Amino acid sequence: MYDLKALYEASSVQNAVELRLEHPEAQIIAGGSDVLVQMREGKRAGKELISIYGLDELRGVSLDENENIRIGSLTSFSHITRDPIIQKYINVLGQAVDMVGGPQIRNIGTIGGNTCNGVTSADSASTLHAWEAIIELTGSEGKRLLPIRDFYIKAGLVDIHPDEIQTAIIIPRASYENTYGHYIKYSMRNAMDIATLGCSANVRLSPDKKTIERARIAYGVAGPVPMRAEKAEAAANGRPVSMETVETFARTVLDDINPRDSWRASKAFRQHIAVETARRCMMESILLAGGEL
Amino acid sequence: MAQYKLIHCNINGKDVERMVDVRASLTDMLRNDYHLTSVKKGCEVGECGACNVLIDGECFNSCIYLAVWAEGKHIRTLEGLLGPNGELSDIQQAFMEETAVQCGFCTPGFIMTAVEILESGREYTREELRKLLSGHLCRCTGYENILNAVEKTMKKRLGKA
Repeated sequence: MYDLKALYEASSVQNAVELRLEHPEAQIIAGGSDVLVQMREGKRAGKELISIYGLDELRGVSLDENENIRIGSLTSFSHITRDPIIQKYINVLGQAVDMVGGPQIRNIGTIGGNTCNGVTSADSASTLHAWEAIIELTGSEGKRLLPIRDFYIKAGLVDIHPDEIQTAIIIPRASYENTYGHYIKYSMRNAMDIATLGCSANVRLSPDKKTIERARIAYGVAGPVPMRAEKAEAAANGRPVSMETVETFARTVLDDINPRDSWRASKAFRQHIAVETARRCMMESILLAGGEL
Repeated sequence: MAQYKLIHCNINGKDVERMVDVRASLTDMLRNDYHLTSVKKGCEVGECGACNVLIDGECFNSCIYLAVWAEGKHIRTLEGLLGPNGELSDIQQAFMEETAVQCGFCTPGFIMTAVEILESGREYTREELRKLLSGHLCRCTGYENILNAVEKTMKKRLGKA
């Protein structure tokens, strides 16, 4: 038995919004692989829950009329990895979420829950930042769209109004077109572990594959929230495809990131692997994009 | 105030319904209401896989799954693998033959993940099997025999053994 005070099951998105307003103290639960565990640990004991897990309308991946990728917030990690649209246009996201926990966790865990938690180590978050995802929130006044970087306020806190739930994550066409990326999760174990550092980079090359048109990179656990490394990106944008560019790019991430000492790893070690993962992610992204190094 | 909900689902091929306390996990419901004691209470935080069951064909740790979410779902536990006279299934037999069982606490969870793997009808490499089975902890066997049992059954079912 869970020590929960009451459970409200939403029957639709509209009903979820109403329940949010009726029960302002209640915690939203999607797949529950974080919320229920926290409840077991006593952190959320005695609380009310609003379950949105039954809302099948929030599941699945589709292309909208402008060919933006729309990922329903309740889509599980394993369904994202197996989805043909994801595999075709943003395979790195499927690869990244295939490193969350273990197989059973990837069946229950949702991408919406992973982002709404606001934790820096979320395996989906660095890739979603690096691909400039848009968060769709639905509230009593309708929909609100927010760039993912503005969605994260601080560790454990995201911008969801008291009447809102997150309903989708959108990857704009301009963000994924001709773009190839790679993610590295650095952790002690391959399964059931949290990232010591997560690095996701992607690149769009010029038609002749000689110039980097756009490089993007984002980290998890390099600061209190997932973050882009913009100085590093600027150091690579418009530069020739070469190992020299990759090395400069990788070194420059240290001007952007702000990792901390924790029991998992020291700041110095995180800085070291940040440079190394940036280098490897960028090399792999260039190769995937058809460039030569 | 206790809060209950009538939950209809199909467990091991049988349609059932029961009033369920909304605070219950699916592990609580399967063990306490349906006496399916192959579903073990291990870590109860989704890490060890001892409570793993199949829900609509996918593996879930039932300890971090609310019982009310079972409404309308098809659930399978280890008990559902037995033949009409209590015969063991091929995967259970293989666990015995390969000494993939010691204390047995993790075994039902492992076997239900193996069922999902085997029913996919695909052939996996040993490395892939390792990853597919990585959501389970076994403190006795060292995993090698478990991998052997799953690999052997996979090859047998694919006619390659």
